[in-house]
Amino acid sequence: MRRLLFISLLAILSSVTTAEVADVYDFDTVAQEQRFQSLIETLRCPKCQNQNIADSNAPISKDMRAEVYRMMGEGAGDQEIRDALVARFGEFILYKPEVEKRTILLWATPAIAVFGGLLLVAIVVIRSRRGAAHVTALTPEEKARVEKILAENDRDTRA
Amino acid sequence: MKRLFLFLPLLIAIVLGIVLFAGIGKDPTKLESALIGKPVPAFSLKDLNNPEAELDESLLRGEVQLLNVWGTWCPACRDEHDDLMWLAQDKGISIVGLNYKDNRADALVWLERLGNPYSTTIYDPKGTLGFDLGVYGAPETFVIDASGVVRYRHVGVVNEKVWQETLLPAINDARGNG
Repeated sequence: MRRLLFISLLAILSSVTTAEVADVYDFDTVAQEQRFQSLIETLRCPKCQNQNIADSNAPISKDMRAEVYRMMGEGAGDQEIRDALVARFGEFILYKPEVEKRTILLWATPAIAVFGGLLLVAIVVIRSRRGAAHVTALTPEEKARVEKILAENDRDTRA
Repeated sequence: MKRLFLFLPLLIAIVLGIVLFAGIGKDPTKLESALIGKPVPAFSLKDLNNPEAELDESLLRGEVQLLNVWGTWCPACRDEHDDLMWLAQDKGISIVGLNYKDNRADALVWLERLGNPYSTTIYDPKGTLGFDLGVYGAPETFVIDASGVVRYRHVGVVNEKVWQETLLPAINDARGNG
């Protein structure tokens, strides 16, 4: 219970600090403001490593927010805005990297891991089945030999 | 054959180890500039020393030069200033200054007191050129080749070690191919 209280308090506090940074700009519609907010939340501050420019108070984040706002005012699309900032600061600023030749492995890793796991499981299952089949299925000659040995064994113990 | 499979986890561990180890030595605060191999962005700004004169990107053509981003508000810029003086005077390197988010009076006092290592200083009070160059903290130093293309970016102070190990090789490279 106490932990829950602590977590909710933390959530409330963090949302307050976010609002503090972002409410400098005026928007005509709520949709526009939401678009601005979600855009700046997907852009990483180049100066502060792991903070988005919505949360960061670094001067460069302020400049980047201003640029996002300016480009939005000029009617630029989300992709256009992101591209303009990547051209200056590099791919690093995107929290979600673009799918391209260089990042294809990054995107494919979960799928590779899942398929690799499934393959492993399949191999293990097939192998154990094959092993089990070997044990139960005796050829007629083998069967005869086993019976003979068992019969001899039986006789020996009786004697 | 089956025995070999036993070594598979070891092999995976070694490969992962190599891949992850390669990332450890990297300084995450030093990002490669997105502008490497691209020309200096177009700009039109005033000369710090001469408010009448307009400067543009043609300033950075003709020879291999350093473009040093600085401001009087930046303590690390003070640290590297003597080394920039040494580069300009003893090594004869042409350094263009970019006075970033500063005010003219402060910047002029600074250059008068500490000496002026810059062949020209671009006055960028709003940081517009700095923004286009992807500058996220001063000081930063760019190596610009003779055709005005960005060849290298160093984030942080310039000192003798940085000069010997990174800037001089980058300049030589730019001179060779430029």
